[in-house]
Amino acid sequence: MRGVPIMIGYALKESLRRRVFLVVLVLTACFLGLYALGTSEAFQVVEEQNDFTGVDDRELTGATMFGLSMFATLFLGAVLAAFLTLSTVRGDAERGLLQPLVVRPIGRAVLLVGRFLAAAAVCAVYVALVYTAALLITWGIGDWTPDRIVGPAVQLAAATTVIAALSLLGSIFLSATANGIAVFMVFGAGLVSGLLGQIGEALDSETLMNVAETASWILPFEALYQDGLNAITADSRGFTELALSLGPFGGAQAAGPFLWPWTLVYLALVGAAAIAAFGRKDL
Amino acid sequence: MAAAFTARGLVKRYGPVTALDGVDLHVDEGELVGLLGPNGAGKSTLVKIGCGLVRATSGEAHVCGARAGSAEARRVMGYLAELFRFPGWATADELLELHQRLAGSAGGEAERRELLELVGLSEARTRRIENMSKGMQQRLGIAQALVGTPRFLFLDEPTSALDPGGRRTVRGLLEALQLRGVAVLLNSHLLSEVELVCDRVVILSRGSIVTEGRPSELARPRGVEVDLDAGTRVFEGAGREDVPRIVADLVAAGERVYGVRVLETTLEELYLEVVGDQAG
Repeated sequence: MRGVPIMIGYALKESLRRRVFLVVLVLTACFLGLYALGTSEAFQVVEEQNDFTGVDDRELTGATMFGLSMFATLFLGAVLAAFLTLSTVRGDAERGLLQPLVVRPIGRAVLLVGRFLAAAAVCAVYVALVYTAALLITWGIGDWTPDRIVGPAVQLAAATTVIAALSLLGSIFLSATANGIAVFMVFGAGLVSGLLGQIGEALDSETLMNVAETASWILPFEALYQDGLNAITADSRGFTELALSLGPFGGAQAAGPFLWPWTLVYLALVGAAAIAAFGRKDL
Repeated sequence: MAAAFTARGLVKRYGPVTALDGVDLHVDEGELVGLLGPNGAGKSTLVKIGCGLVRATSGEAHVCGARAGSAEARRVMGYLAELFRFPGWATADELLELHQRLAGSAGGEAERRELLELVGLSEARTRRIENMSKGMQQRLGIAQALVGTPRFLFLDEPTSALDPGGRRTVRGLLEALQLRGVAVLLNSHLLSEVELVCDRVVILSRGSIVTEGRPSELARPRGVEVDLDAGTRVFEGAGREDVPRIVADLVAAGERVYGVRVLETTLEELYLEVVGDQAG
């Protein structure tokens, strides 16, 4: 395991020095700027048209806008996770970057674990920073804070970690481009399953809700996101709760006590599959 | 002499394609062996099995007594891939430092400076790899392969991107390594280069070794060429041992002999002969 910190250091340096990191930073700055503008407008409009009887306007606006920021944070985190890992094995092997590292006496498993931990760490820090920035913007402009602050941030970070693990596993079998497409299709599938659940709830369709629930367990980043989303309005009651459930993020679901154990088991299974496949791969 | 590398009955199949078909090879410590063969002969596959990058279908390979691909084997070997790339964001010094750490080398900055000097990159120590020419990157690749003072080196086309000056530098480097007792398996298409530096040559074709030996042993007599008043006359099939008789016969016949040359097959001719329609 001596090689793990070496590989983490290498992957961290690579993450920070590649141009993709600069692109992500620029995109993030654009997003936060737009988010601040949108939040300011939303609170101003709600204040001017204060006609939602029995509904806490500030709560509704703050939760909706912050839910939107959580979605964007997850998306940006997923982009970063995918870009940091999508070419780890096959892509790097095709370019000749991997072979000089693999022949060193550290072992393939160590190389993979190091790359994964570095990607997970970068994504977690990134997500935490964007989440905090959005939180401060919402609080500063609308004087609103979510009911739970730390939990949803940790869940978003865990969701991007799951995406990084899936991307790393995909990188063993697929070229960089194919893996990138696959990761975003999987990410999209997770989001669609969330929407299906929302539609199922509105239509009271048990089949749709079951499909959505099963999909969210197969792709736990979606369950983590939904649970985090649910947590930001965990204390809402009455008409406000009803109004929130009708909004764009009304499908947020509490996942229950098995989410974290399952996420850890899921990561372990994906990791074991990746290590086994990489160990047998001809480079 | 102890073996730096051995391969016994190595077979590698990629689906229906047989890349290696029972290869037996032995490289002694301090020996420099050239691996020749046409494209698709299995040279790179053999090298990759030795490095642990590819798993053999059957057979076994050992590096300095350790199973190829094991951590013990990788601790004592260096490798330069045919197609390689280093991260463009790193400097030459950072790259060597990374490989020092991965190889467990305690050589520190002194080793890095020595290696860069050895390959003529002292001035480019802090230059980013993305700003280096292909030839510079190739030389950096050789320096990287030498990190940790390996006992055995797999060099897969180490001079493919080098100009004649760079090739001469690598030849000098290989000779210096030989003096240090480092064994090398050199995979190259450049026959003249292999002939110049290698102790022994192995020619692979269609996944099998078709011939091997010292370059001088492989050379076969092709005839004797004699300069006479009437011009040059060639005695086809004659060898060195025939020269006194040929000269005596010619003198007895009243001819004046100005020069005699024994003609031998070059490595290139031998290569084309044994590889046949696989060449090119």
